[in-house]
Amino acid sequence: MCLGVPAKILETGDGAAVVELGDVRRGISVMLIDDVSVGEWVIVHAGFAIEKLSEEEAEQTLALFREIAESDEFRES
Amino acid sequence: MNRNLKYIDDFRDPATAKALVERIRRDAGDAPVRLMEVCGTHTVAIARGGIRPLLSGAVTMLSGPGCPVCVTLDGYIDAAIALGTERGALLASFGDMLRVPGKSSSLEKEKGTGLEVRVVYSPLDAVALAAATPDREVVFLGVGFETTAPAIGGAIRTAADRGVRNFSVLASVRTIPEAMGALAADPEVRIEGFLCPAHVSVVIGTDAYLPVAQRYGIPCVVAGFEPLDILLGISMLLRQKKEGVARVENEYSRVATATGNRKAQELIRDVFVPCDTGWRGIGVIPGSGLRIADRYASFDAEKKFGAPVVFAPEASACRCGDVLKGKILPVDCPLFGKACVPEEPYGPCMVSSEGSCAAYYKYGAL
Amino acid sequence: MHDKILLSHGEGGKRTRDLIAKVIARYFDNPVLSPFLDAGLLGRIEGEIAFTTDGYVVTPPFFPGGDIGRLSVCGTVNDLAVCGAKPVAISCGLILEEGLPMDTLERALAAMRDAAKEAGVTIACGDTKVVERGKGDGIFITTAGVGVSVDGWRPAPSEIRPGDRILLTGTMGDHQVAVLIARQNLAIDAPVLSDVAPLSGLLLPLLPRFAGKVRFMRDPTRGGVGVTLNEMASAANARFVLDEERLPVRESVRGVCEILGFDPLYLANEGKAVLIVAGDAAEAIVAELREHPHGRDAAIIGEVREGGSGVRMRTLSGGVRAVDYPVGDQLPRIC
Repeated sequence: MCLGVPAKILETGDGAAVVELGDVRRGISVMLIDDVSVGEWVIVHAGFAIEKLSEEEAEQTLALFREIAESDEFRES
Repeated sequence: MNRNLKYIDDFRDPATAKALVERIRRDAGDAPVRLMEVCGTHTVAIARGGIRPLLSGAVTMLSGPGCPVCVTLDGYIDAAIALGTERGALLASFGDMLRVPGKSSSLEKEKGTGLEVRVVYSPLDAVALAAATPDREVVFLGVGFETTAPAIGGAIRTAADRGVRNFSVLASVRTIPEAMGALAADPEVRIEGFLCPAHVSVVIGTDAYLPVAQRYGIPCVVAGFEPLDILLGISMLLRQKKEGVARVENEYSRVATATGNRKAQELIRDVFVPCDTGWRGIGVIPGSGLRIADRYASFDAEKKFGAPVVFAPEASACRCGDVLKGKILPVDCPLFGKACVPEEPYGPCMVSSEGSCAAYYKYGAL
Repeated sequence: MHDKILLSHGEGGKRTRDLIAKVIARYFDNPVLSPFLDAGLLGRIEGEIAFTTDGYVVTPPFFPGGDIGRLSVCGTVNDLAVCGAKPVAISCGLILEEGLPMDTLERALAAMRDAAKEAGVTIACGDTKVVERGKGDGIFITTAGVGVSVDGWRPAPSEIRPGDRILLTGTMGDHQVAVLIARQNLAIDAPVLSDVAPLSGLLLPLLPRFAGKVRFMRDPTRGGVGVTLNEMASAANARFVLDEERLPVRESVRGVCEILGFDPLYLANEGKAVLIVAGDAAEAIVAELREHPHGRDAAIIGEVREGGSGVRMRTLSGGVRAVDYPVGDQLPRIC
């Protein structure tokens, strides 16, 4: 019920922004979030940014995944 | 396959998926653990990822009622059709709604005989459509949960600010925690853990599930929609069960927070008011709906056109309700795959791209 | 010449003759068509004949990477190509809506001329009708195509056996996404070009070169690779298993799919073919395809297995899912 994708802010202005996912761009509303700046990542749902994505937290989750994958390899060998 | 989409492909790595599946299987007990994914987007992601067969014997995933299309009353579809055919309104809708069966027809079928329906990606597109066609009434079919409620509310606010008077919303918005509570309280639905929705949680905050975890002792994990998120979320649920605890944990920490999006919540409180509402196949769940607040009555299609959406419990062979509650699997419904198939759906679970039955049928009851 | 199509252009009188002589003839100028007789005389044709037809109604008529004219030639040429036939001649039936800008017609005709040249096929005959404003969507084109079988090859679904490989000549979904973007009602901006292209030059040389190794070919148009594979599996009564990791999809197409919730397996293509080939020739055939401009992203995407029927896919997560027929066109979803 909540298809939302991570996209990067390319331009901002007046309650709206242009975001980029790969090389696909769309104009969206940022009325649901505060102070968004170029280069930040947001989650886009139905033409709105519903929240920012924390790159730091994302890195931590990815690090956890790497750990899990490695400990599994270790277990196998 | 191109795999360079940042923050998407990172969470689809096959080697890590394999490791997580093994971790889940190691933590599993003798009997499969009954977990419910509440959200339809999770149902589809699990089906598309072919995850169910990977966990068979260790985990049974029950698909819950988090498919707003599935739980939308057939009376809603009929009311929408009537607004188009009897009042000449131009309907704007998310694609998801087109094939949902009403009592006797669907938007798609009516389109074939003259009903005007435009598929939009955003409710703001419907406002723009109204602004561009000032001589037509444009009614947006506002169906969704808390993820979409701020977007629908944002569209109403935008229309109000810009004076777009020919725009209104036929609202069918439901809220998740009350539904989870109703399911947790039902003794026939034995749930040992909830995989909580990613983007609903982004809006309402992960703390919203504390009452469910505490009152019913059911572990809750908020998980993203990518395969690794889902698998890690399931793993975290199993570990809670093993530990004998019932907490709310957040796997989707890159976006979801404990308190959620305050701005979006304020918008919801401004535009909507909680109410009791009926869920197709389940019945009325108190406080589980959001209706448009009186101050925005001129944007409420039900009030504007005097067209209340009627909830009439159906007496039919459709078992969508039991599927939505996780009491039976789609394959257990006597109509599944016979009288009820995607081309001719009997009930909404088979129509919606996220309905449990559609997911089972399309991606295989494997 | 008028700047718009009028009803009188379709009435068979002087205006029709003017349209043919002053507009159409300028673009379609070949010895078969030029006498403008009631039929195109093709002369003696040796070999087994293949015959196909298709109607083209795409909206909008011009989109990134292609247009209705190019599509109408390539679509028909490709139906012949996947049946092993070199195209000889095509017909061009135009249904024009009153009020259609003459410029639109001319651009479509120019595109047809260029595509026919590229495909090595003669536009041998045609017809023009005009319908009242509101009764047609600008321009509709129907083309029928005649071809000659190369080397006596015939599609042979009954020859498909376990161990055969499933090949795709390039990336999925480019055409449908390009058209969707051109429609502009989703306000998405992406550098996607339709893949519309004639495939005779890509596919026909394979048939004598890999004699006995190519079992069956189809072009995955509406409904995409997903539908085509189901049709092929049905025809062959075979079980196909795909490997998700090997599906070729451009990054920009993936981006649009992620936003709108589309599955690239079910998106239309207009310059691609699916081939079922013998296992021991698969790598060599892919290498050969990749030498050609329309086959650069060719890949083995799956194989034919024992037992049962239908199409399955091994997912990135290591699981299995069915790849069934979709119901209707995909629609942008929020769920």
